[in-house]
Amino acid sequence: MDKIMTETATPIETDVVIIGAGPIGLFAVFELGLLDLKCHLVDILDRPGGQCTELYPEKPIYDIPGLPIVTGQDLTNRLLEQAKPFNPQFHFNEMATKLEKLEDGRWKLSTDQGTQITAHVVVIAAGAGSFQPKRPPVPGIELHENAGDGIGVHYAVRKMETFRGKNILIAGGGDSALDWVINLAPLAKSMTLVHHRDGFRAAAHSVNQMRELEAQGKVKFHVASVKAVHGEPGKLSGVTLAGHDKTEWHHEVDTFLPFFGLTIKLGPIAEFGLNLTENLIAVDTARFESQTPGIFAIGDINTYTGKLKLILSGFHEAALMAQAAFHIARPNEKLRFQYTTSSSNLQKKLGVS
Amino acid sequence: MKIIATDRNGKLHELEGRDGWSVMEILRDGGLDIAAECGGACACATCHVYINDGWFEKLPKASEAEIDMLDMALAVEPNSRLSCQVICSAETDGIVVTVAPE
Repeated sequence: MDKIMTETATPIETDVVIIGAGPIGLFAVFELGLLDLKCHLVDILDRPGGQCTELYPEKPIYDIPGLPIVTGQDLTNRLLEQAKPFNPQFHFNEMATKLEKLEDGRWKLSTDQGTQITAHVVVIAAGAGSFQPKRPPVPGIELHENAGDGIGVHYAVRKMETFRGKNILIAGGGDSALDWVINLAPLAKSMTLVHHRDGFRAAAHSVNQMRELEAQGKVKFHVASVKAVHGEPGKLSGVTLAGHDKTEWHHEVDTFLPFFGLTIKLGPIAEFGLNLTENLIAVDTARFESQTPGIFAIGDINTYTGKLKLILSGFHEAALMAQAAFHIARPNEKLRFQYTTSSSNLQKKLGVS
Repeated sequence: MKIIATDRNGKLHELEGRDGWSVMEILRDGGLDIAAECGGACACATCHVYINDGWFEKLPKASEAEIDMLDMALAVEPNSRLSCQVICSAETDGIVVTVAPE
C-alpha cells in the first residue's frame, strides 16, 4: 500500500523551482515574488545560506552594497526576512537529482528523497555544487560505503541503535568526530578514535569527555591515520593504521566513520543535459538563461564574459532572471515594471502598506 | 620569487610567486587543481598542501585557527599547511610544495 502511494504521489506544482538556498537563491525568491511568481527551493544542506552559513557563518563580509559589515549568518537571516512575504517553500536535506521536460512545456524536478516539483521555470543557484562529506583518500573505501546499517563506511549517523555491538573506528578531530565517539562509545563493542595530532578542534568540553572515556578504557585514541581498508566489498573487516613515524598496524573494525566535514562537488547537475564548461553553466547576460530555454543559472554556478564570483553579482543576475522568467511563466500577461518605493501594489505584497 | 609545486598527478610546475599573495592564489591561478572553496578564509581545508625539502621549518608557524582547520583536511602529515595561509615573500623564494590528495 505504501509503495503504491509513493508511486502515485502528486508532484508539487509551483511557478519556479530554485536549486540552492544560498544567498542568491534567497534573493531570487524576493525578485520573483515581486512579480507574483511562487518558489520552491531544494537544498542538500539542512538550513538556508549555502556557503555563507556552512563555511563562514561567523566571518564578516565587507562587500555587500549598503551593509558595510555583515556575517554570513546575518546576511542569510536578512535575506530570509526579505523573502518572507513571498512564503518560499524549502526542501532541505534533499539533493536535486533529475530534471525532465514535460509535454506541456513545464519542468519536473525530482530529489533523492522522492520529492517531485513541477514548475514553469528552473533556476539553478547552486554555487559550486552540492556539499558532500569528504571521503578520505584511501583506496577502495567506496566499496564499503552503503554496505548496510551499522557496518562498513558511514559519513553520518542516522540511527545510533544500528551501531550497537560493533567495533567502531572514528577518524577526525572536529565536533562531529568527538560527539559521535562520546555518544556511540556506550553501545559499541569497542570504540577507537584516530586523529593526525594529539589535539582537537572540537569544543573543549567534548575533548574532556573523550579523555575521560579514554582514561576509563572505554575509548582508545591513537595519533594515526587510516592507510588502507580490508575485507570483501561491503564486508569491512579491518583497516591499516599508520602513525607519523610510519609504523603501521592492523586494526579490526566492523564500522569506519570518517568525519572531515563537507566539500563541494558539482553533483547531479552535471547530468541535467546543460552545456557545462569547467563545471559552470554558460548564460547570456540579458536573461541569465542557459542554452536550454526555461532553465536559468545565477550566482557562482554560471559563467559569461566578465563574470565575477561575488554575491552582489548574483543579486543583479537574480533581478534580470526574474524578468525573463515572468514571460515564461505568464506568457499572456504584461509585465509591469515598478519600484518598491512608489508602488502601493508592491508594498501590499511586501505587507508594508 | 619561485614556487615549485607538484600537482595531484605528480607533475612539477614552476610558478612565479607574488609578494603578499598566498601560495593558494598562485597555485589556483597557475591552473593547479586546488578547490580552495572558501576563497582563502581559512574556513574549508580544501587548499591543503605538503611543504617539502626543509621549507616547512623555515615558514612562520601556523596560527591556532589554521591548526584547527587542518583537522578538517584529509591525509594530514606533520608538514601539512593550508596554502591560503602561507604568504609569498622574499623569504619563501623557491618554496617546494605538493598538493595533498582529495
